[in-house]
Amino acid sequence: MKGMVINMKRTVITVVGKDQVGIIAKVCTYLANNRINILDISQTIVQGFFNMMMIVDATDATKEFDKIAEELEQIGIEIGVIIKAQHEDIFDKMHRL
Amino acid sequence: MINIHEVIETNKMIEQENLDVRTITLGISLLDCAGPDLNEVNEKIYNKITTVAKNLVSTGNKIQREFGIPIVNKRISVTPIALVGAAACKTSADYVTIAKTLDRAAATVGVNFIGGFSALVSKAMTTSDELLIKSIPQALSQTERVCSSVNVGSTKTGIDMNAVKLLGEIILETAELTKEKDSIGCAKLVVFCNAPDDNPFMAGAFHGVTEGDAVINVGVSGPGVVKKALESVRGADFEVLCETIKKTAFQITRVGQLVAQEASKMLNIPFGIVDLSLAPTPAVGDSVAEILEEIGLDYAGAPGTTAALALLNDQVKKGGVMASSYVGGLSGAFIPVSEDQGMINAVEAGALTLEKLEAMTCVCSVGLDMIAIPGDTKATTISGIIADEMAIGMINQKTTAVRLIPVIGKTVGESVEFGGLLGHAPIMPVNKFGCDSFINRGGRIPAPIHSFKN
Repeated sequence: MKGMVINMKRTVITVVGKDQVGIIAKVCTYLANNRINILDISQTIVQGFFNMMMIVDATDATKEFDKIAEELEQIGIEIGVIIKAQHEDIFDKMHRL
Repeated sequence: MINIHEVIETNKMIEQENLDVRTITLGISLLDCAGPDLNEVNEKIYNKITTVAKNLVSTGNKIQREFGIPIVNKRISVTPIALVGAAACKTSADYVTIAKTLDRAAATVGVNFIGGFSALVSKAMTTSDELLIKSIPQALSQTERVCSSVNVGSTKTGIDMNAVKLLGEIILETAELTKEKDSIGCAKLVVFCNAPDDNPFMAGAFHGVTEGDAVINVGVSGPGVVKKALESVRGADFEVLCETIKKTAFQITRVGQLVAQEASKMLNIPFGIVDLSLAPTPAVGDSVAEILEEIGLDYAGAPGTTAALALLNDQVKKGGVMASSYVGGLSGAFIPVSEDQGMINAVEAGALTLEKLEAMTCVCSVGLDMIAIPGDTKATTISGIIADEMAIGMINQKTTAVRLIPVIGKTVGESVEFGGLLGHAPIMPVNKFGCDSFINRGGRIPAPIHSFKN
């Protein structure tokens, strides 16, 4: 099981902004519609701002990474938060030996 | 698995502390473009660059999107043109045609700078080296993107003082030919001692003859991240200070390593090195001088500056070396004046002088960089400054460089605006006493005793 997880194309999605009803629902609906599997969700408040992070597996995604990142950003703009999608590697390299 | 606090920390570095990858530089060997026919050489150079570097910019942009980290510059370095053009160029004007070809190729593939209009003359100049050096003023004034460098000394060979003398004149001539734009031509010309073959940073980048056909070198940045990290350890002792710099440098370099590997994979070109240099920009919060201030100085240039810079440079290397499989290039803190707002402030406050900058170059890379001086400075004085800086490199077995801009028509009290990453700079005073007889001796300074290690 663990070996599989490592081989997946994992992406980190972050949502930062003012907390409001339905943020997670909106993002999750988008991910489900695009066959992106959520592996982990966590959230915290930093300096009054809502921060959410999702680790997702985009191996079976129906769209290219660029397109997904762009559409998530657009959803963010619509609901007034910042949504970013980044490959997990950048975090992994920086924080793990 | 990565946790949310680590993700927030990384994104804060990118969004608020100016963490970026300063450059992906693609080194391309042009040795196979050499030949006796100038037109053919030009054609081969253009074709080779536009073929090998075809996907460089799009690849850089793709990596930027995937990791969410800005990759500020995509650049190209080529084999020193004095070698490539030696058989074909009979005059300096011939070399200018190659500069124009490089410019055109750079524009076609969409890079903002191409380095390697260079000559390696650390012992002596060949006829073609001399022709190339004499073509530099025309080449830099007639092109936009071409960068030039000349290596005039090394620990192994000593210093070619004939080249040093000539370059004093060449720098002034370049300044004169680009005087409408505050002598900006000189911002694209670097004089080196112990120039590295794999430097990804402009204006001194060239693809050394020890390199393969093509190579990806990456320059990281992140002075703002180091500064921010040091804010949390104010008042702590040197052990804590040094550990903090080291850890931060490790994190920054890991990003560079990741980007370099990705670029290498996508372009199918071998990964060369990550250059660990802390490279400032004129943006506030992206300054090496501000790190020195955070370490405890009122301004860069105050007593203690050389020691602070020495420890900074050393800790950056110690943290960075473990983060990358290959480290190279210049790898040290850069202290360009015009490109660093904290340095500019220090000069304007009267804290930082040319002489103090020279002392600082003994303990960091790379040298007297992006310093505007009065336009009426004598050629021999410029050569004297170059000779001093080269001597520091030669004796200390390190790279040193000089990138001075004598601003024609301007003097101390005025300032210049170069724009963009090149920034702006107050014109700094130069020692008024002459060194004509010293520079006019000619010949070369022998290699130092400690270079004889065999």
